[in-house]
Amino acid sequence: MAIVDNSRGAKVGAALRYSALIVAALLFLMPFYLLLRNALMSESDLGSPKWHWLPPTWEWGNFSAIFHDPALPMTRSLLNSIAISVFQTAGVLVISGLAGYGLARIPYRWSNAVFYLITATLLIPAAVTFVPSFVLVSSLGWISTLRGLIIPGLFQALATFLFRQFFLSFPKEIEEAAFLDGLGYWGTFWRVVVPNSFGFAAAIGTITFIGSWNAFLWPLVIGRDQTTWTVQIALSTFLTAQSVNLSQLFAAALVAIAPLLLMFLFLQRWIVEGVERTGMGGD
Amino acid sequence: MTTSSLPVDPSPATAATARPSLGARLRGRQNQNLWFWVFVGPFVLGLIIFIYIPIIWSIYLSFFESYNTVTPTKFVGAGNYLDMLRDESFRSSLGTFIGFALFIVPTTFALSLLTAILVARTRVMQAFFRSVFFLPTACSYVVAALIWKMSIFAGVRSGAANAMLGLFGADSIPWLSLTKPPWYWLVIVSARLWLQVGFYMILFLAALQRISPTLYEAAAIDGASGWQSFRYITLPQLRPTSAAVLLLLLINAFQAFDEFYNILASFGTYPPYARPPLVYLYYVALGQGQDFGHGSAGAVILTLVIALAAVVFNRFFSFRGED
Repeated sequence: MAIVDNSRGAKVGAALRYSALIVAALLFLMPFYLLLRNALMSESDLGSPKWHWLPPTWEWGNFSAIFHDPALPMTRSLLNSIAISVFQTAGVLVISGLAGYGLARIPYRWSNAVFYLITATLLIPAAVTFVPSFVLVSSLGWISTLRGLIIPGLFQALATFLFRQFFLSFPKEIEEAAFLDGLGYWGTFWRVVVPNSFGFAAAIGTITFIGSWNAFLWPLVIGRDQTTWTVQIALSTFLTAQSVNLSQLFAAALVAIAPLLLMFLFLQRWIVEGVERTGMGGD
Repeated sequence: MTTSSLPVDPSPATAATARPSLGARLRGRQNQNLWFWVFVGPFVLGLIIFIYIPIIWSIYLSFFESYNTVTPTKFVGAGNYLDMLRDESFRSSLGTFIGFALFIVPTTFALSLLTAILVARTRVMQAFFRSVFFLPTACSYVVAALIWKMSIFAGVRSGAANAMLGLFGADSIPWLSLTKPPWYWLVIVSARLWLQVGFYMILFLAALQRISPTLYEAAAIDGASGWQSFRYITLPQLRPTSAAVLLLLLINAFQAFDEFYNILASFGTYPPYARPPLVYLYYVALGQGQDFGHGSAGAVILTLVIALAAVVFNRFFSFRGED
């Protein structure tokens, strides 16, 4: 790979490689193009059998229409999604960050036992626990509440595990100096460790936010009432009920993915790191 | 494992007697235990309440007849389990998962490895290509299902796939309402591929970048062909990543729900085909009947199946590693 090869074969290889990449890139971008095109088409143009590469009439009104449609609670579900994702991301960072630090740095006789208690839950696929979790949340009376949507998602064993691994590799000398200055565990953590962990927290935070924003099964099970729909549930309800203005549904979908597309534009570095960390677990 | 401790304490006893400051008191055994629970306690408490208790409760429910109640009274022993194992729909949902996994796991693996290799070897516009393949990760399954169901594979002429067929004079295909041939599989697997390939490509790219270039240089000096250096350097170096990716893909395939539900369900009903285990369980436990007994028994069986699959998979991979 590192060897520079200017032979004829290498040039043909490069040309083939770029052709393959360009075709694949066009295929990968096509759904985004369709989403954008459909969101800006009128309902009748979208349903017409004649193919249009661009909207014959640009229906910018679709975007204001979705916020004024009484059947589609767009504003409410966007606010719900924002509240859930922000609280879950902040909550996971604080709860898992503290727990990861405690496990990595505070000597305690049962530390290993607690660690195994946590990692054991990593082996249970999250999705098969939805039945038991629903049973618990419903007996707490949390169905169709934001509490029920947010709180059970705050305890992520993988995030805790990754924070522990990260803090184990944190240079100890800095913490020792802080400790000798009399900061204690609490002060050392907040005033020395946290300010030096922003990159890692950003990686875990962006991945948590994306997962939370795009979550479907749990909000479907818990957010039964229209007032607690997330934006995914609102879209899904109209998609599976098939009784809606289609171009407005695409406009709503575009609004729903806009925050994440912006994140991908500006925070891609952290998201990539988050994917690498969470994807590989601790390997 | 967690033997590393802070602070490195030269003489706790003298420090404590000479100057009983806050820092010194924090080093005491009692306080250390206290601090451990201040840091770890909230997480462990949440884990017990929201993971452990529900699982234990669910195992309890799985031995009872419990329609629409979480405090059942009628004990049925292994009845729910036997019912689920005899249930034709439940068994066929496991068959659906196996067929789905046999296709989606190797295909996603191969495509994400291929894109990673192509992108890694690209100098010009590498960041652009990487971003394009990674971008679908920002999309939810619901939004992808909307684009796939209503735009690409819409059964009418205005759908993109049918418009393309129209260019060749072919008839429109009702992609989702036809069961023979089962075109709906194409819709489902292509949506999942689009959403997932970029994610695993990132993992492979990171692993490819960790391979030392000197290995390839040495191979080139020895006259190895491109295929040989791929076969004898790249693939072995990617082994840990490959194992992790395969296991993740398998577990994700097992948990497939979102795209099946959003592409195939309509008006609260789901067709009797292409129904993976989680979708079936959703309708059993949370559909009209709210049958928590059978739902819990099904969840326990599924957990055992996936745990078994993971163990077999790990055995297989560590066994092969010894060659």
